[in-house]
Amino acid sequence: MDKETLLNHELVPKHEILSEKDAKKILEKYGITKKELPKIKTNDPVIKAIDAEEGDVIEITRDSPTAGKTKYYRVVIPA
Amino acid sequence: MIEKEIGEISFRLMDPETVREMSAIRVVVPDIYDDAGYPIEGGLMDLKMGVVNPGLRCKTCGGRKDTCPGHFGHIELVRPVIHVGFGRKIYDLLRTTCSECGKITLTEEKVKEIEKEPEKGIYQFRKIRNKAKKREKCPHCEAEQKKIEFIKPTSYRENGQRLRPNEIRERLERIPEEHLEPLNISKENKPEWMILTVLPVPPATTRPSITLESGDRSEDDLTHKLIDLLRINQRLADNLSAGAPQPIIEDLWDLLQYHVTTFMNNSTTGIPAAKHRSGKSLQTLFERIKGKEGRIKGNLTGKRVNFSGRSVISPDPSISIGEVGMPLEMAEELTVPMKVTKKNIEKAKEYIENEEHPKANYVKRPTGEKIKITEFNKEELIEELEPGYTVERQLKDGDPVIFNRQPSLHRQSMMAHRAKIMPGKTIRINDGIAIPYNADFDGDEMNVHIPQTTEAQVEADNLLRVSENLLSPKDGEILAGHQDYVTGLAVMTTKGTKFTKKETLRLLKKAGINKLPGDKDKKEYTGREIISELIPNSIDMEGKSNLSEEKVKIEDGQIKTGTLDENTFGPGGKLTREIADEEGVEEARRFIDRIGRVTVEALMMKGHTITMKDYELDEKINKERKKIIKKKEDEAKKDIKAYKEGRLEPYPGKTEKETLEAKVREKMSEINSELKDLVYRSFDPKNPGVIMTKSGARGDWKNLVQMSSALGQAAVEGKRLEKGYKGRILPHQKRETLSPQDRGFIPNSFLEGLTPIQLFQNAMDGRDSEIDKGLNTRDSGYLYKRAANALIDLKVEQDKTVRSASNQIIQFNYGEDKIHPQNTRGEVGIDIKKIKNKVLKEKK
Repeated sequence: MDKETLLNHELVPKHEILSEKDAKKILEKYGITKKELPKIKTNDPVIKAIDAEEGDVIEITRDSPTAGKTKYYRVVIPA
Repeated sequence: MIEKEIGEISFRLMDPETVREMSAIRVVVPDIYDDAGYPIEGGLMDLKMGVVNPGLRCKTCGGRKDTCPGHFGHIELVRPVIHVGFGRKIYDLLRTTCSECGKITLTEEKVKEIEKEPEKGIYQFRKIRNKAKKREKCPHCEAEQKKIEFIKPTSYRENGQRLRPNEIRERLERIPEEHLEPLNISKENKPEWMILTVLPVPPATTRPSITLESGDRSEDDLTHKLIDLLRINQRLADNLSAGAPQPIIEDLWDLLQYHVTTFMNNSTTGIPAAKHRSGKSLQTLFERIKGKEGRIKGNLTGKRVNFSGRSVISPDPSISIGEVGMPLEMAEELTVPMKVTKKNIEKAKEYIENEEHPKANYVKRPTGEKIKITEFNKEELIEELEPGYTVERQLKDGDPVIFNRQPSLHRQSMMAHRAKIMPGKTIRINDGIAIPYNADFDGDEMNVHIPQTTEAQVEADNLLRVSENLLSPKDGEILAGHQDYVTGLAVMTTKGTKFTKKETLRLLKKAGINKLPGDKDKKEYTGREIISELIPNSIDMEGKSNLSEEKVKIEDGQIKTGTLDENTFGPGGKLTREIADEEGVEEARRFIDRIGRVTVEALMMKGHTITMKDYELDEKINKERKKIIKKKEDEAKKDIKAYKEGRLEPYPGKTEKETLEAKVREKMSEINSELKDLVYRSFDPKNPGVIMTKSGARGDWKNLVQMSSALGQAAVEGKRLEKGYKGRILPHQKRETLSPQDRGFIPNSFLEGLTPIQLFQNAMDGRDSEIDKGLNTRDSGYLYKRAANALIDLKVEQDKTVRSASNQIIQFNYGEDKIHPQNTRGEVGIDIKKIKNKVLKEKK
């Protein structure tokens, strides 16, 4: 599937690569290392589409039935 | 805090060298003790393998009975034998590899090809095996491959010729290292280790001998097995060196194989289990670990616990739902430790002094010594007692105990109650709290546990307390309440229910209220007035009622209109929840207690009972009922006729038969719902059965219809009856009539009674639904258990993240909105409107 179609699909939430600095902030906020973050594989279609690399922290903004919008973070791991 | 983290655990085959290295001694003598009762050197209880007898010292570590952990020994097997656990794997390897060169009997290319496919590990190996076993010639060395046969559990044949373990070992040795990976064997293993040449002997501490009262020693099953094994090993060695003929050697070898096999797994299929002289099977390694009473499920996952009790439960509406009636006999055995301090020393002495119930059973010195209190040492102990001692006193009123009923499916299956010591042998609970435990009183048993430390007591009393668990963590609904309380409330708050002054006083007394509501000169009081006395004044609410036209309206704690029922009280009751919200859970608990006592008393006053006559239909209604049934039956018969003549228009996607069945079933269920309307229309609303049904206390309209009007359609597997004889259910019917009554429609009511045929039809339905119920509860129970086990260590942390036991983040914001569902109120979630109104009212 081509990138545009994939990323604009209504069922695909917004994925963003966090900058090194922002990623560090998130880890500090929760008092964790990347090991404790939820994971996502490099072969995930969205990860391929946004050109994320191993070790990147991805911020996912989802629609939530209870909270409106909600943020989720994942670290990219090898497939 | 994690001090050490386990990175990984790996399992591999144990090689003979490791066995010898970790061995403290080579065991050779098939005996245990000498005539003096001292362990024989080189025997199975050699002191190098650890000590089990007091007074001796371990020759390996120097430890005593309780400090020496035990050490392995080993037996050098004269001839190699197959390890039972690997019988199948060895068979696979023999079939997959060349008997001459040991390589996989497939070309390199073919193996590479299979390795590229998505299947990995065992699945990949199976693919290779299935291809390789068909090869009749080795592609590497051109050697001919003979057919290998596996005779479970430990013999192999090649073209009918017996393959001995030593030959097999040689073949496995020939498998080149680089061929191991496609064979699903990891690098640290060598396949020939699956053939045993050395056998580890478990430490003496794992197979202790027991000294009987008579002074005789009784050895562990494992030791017995090892003795036999050693004997045969020795005999085989002797025969070999004496150059005995081959058949004798082979027999002994097989015997050795048998002993090694049963030493590891005495329930191997295909070989007779080794037995005691009494005929009981020996318990060897496999049996020790396996199953419910095995090491894992029986000793590691589940243990027996002290300071606990179990008995049959029975109901007692006079105690609080937060209490539990403990049988005196139990209370006398269960103790609570009491640390003696300067402040409580007098109290402690009093407990020791006491002749009966709340007395002390034991005194524990600061050294840890535990002394049972008897009549004779009492005085001495009182004299000796000083701060630092611990006194174990009997359970008494008010002690927190943890109460539980299995299966413990949710949090409310284990709650803390306050003990109340009672005569009798059963544990008493208020029936209002039976629902969260899913308990009834038809013989159910429940467990109690007595928390032993102050921390545990405080924790139980604060977190596990019944009142803390009144609100369901799922949605904040109230869980407690009871059918009789709902019936009683409905009866009392029905418009027109009146009580005399005397009765009113008696009812209120039950709730601990000693004065009449409002006007003292009234002759009669309504039930609503009395119940209003129990509702806190802060309560304002409106709610549904099934029993009265008007809504339930409560203002300032006074019931203005409406009849209270399941919507207001009992599981899911809105009034109780309102009280919990406004006045706290403790008040809600008190409310349930008082409602319970008052309504039960009221029911006894007014009387509430059902009789056959309640379900008789009067003539007019009965005619109407027959008309309804007749009409629908005729309609169904019309359809049946159309079907038989082939005129029935099938529904899309259905056959004619299916269409007919659907139509008839629909007609039959229409009978049910029309009869329901009829029953509701014709029955007096004061009919006790109707009160119970409508208030939601017990039973539903279906029960009323079945008793008074018609049982309706009997169904098996969701279909009208069709099983039994050819074309009919019972031999008394005509074939293939398909008529409603022949296929299980029962127009009779329980009151009228059933014909023999109807009785059978009803029994078929009954059995089917009973079986169905059993299957469903089993399946859903298992499903629930799986889900619960998967989620068991997820935890909401202080920062509202959900994390696993290894601190992995599962959710960043619990439920995305960080709101505990227990604090939500139905559809609205958090009722902001209500909070606003309340604040505004306070301001005024």
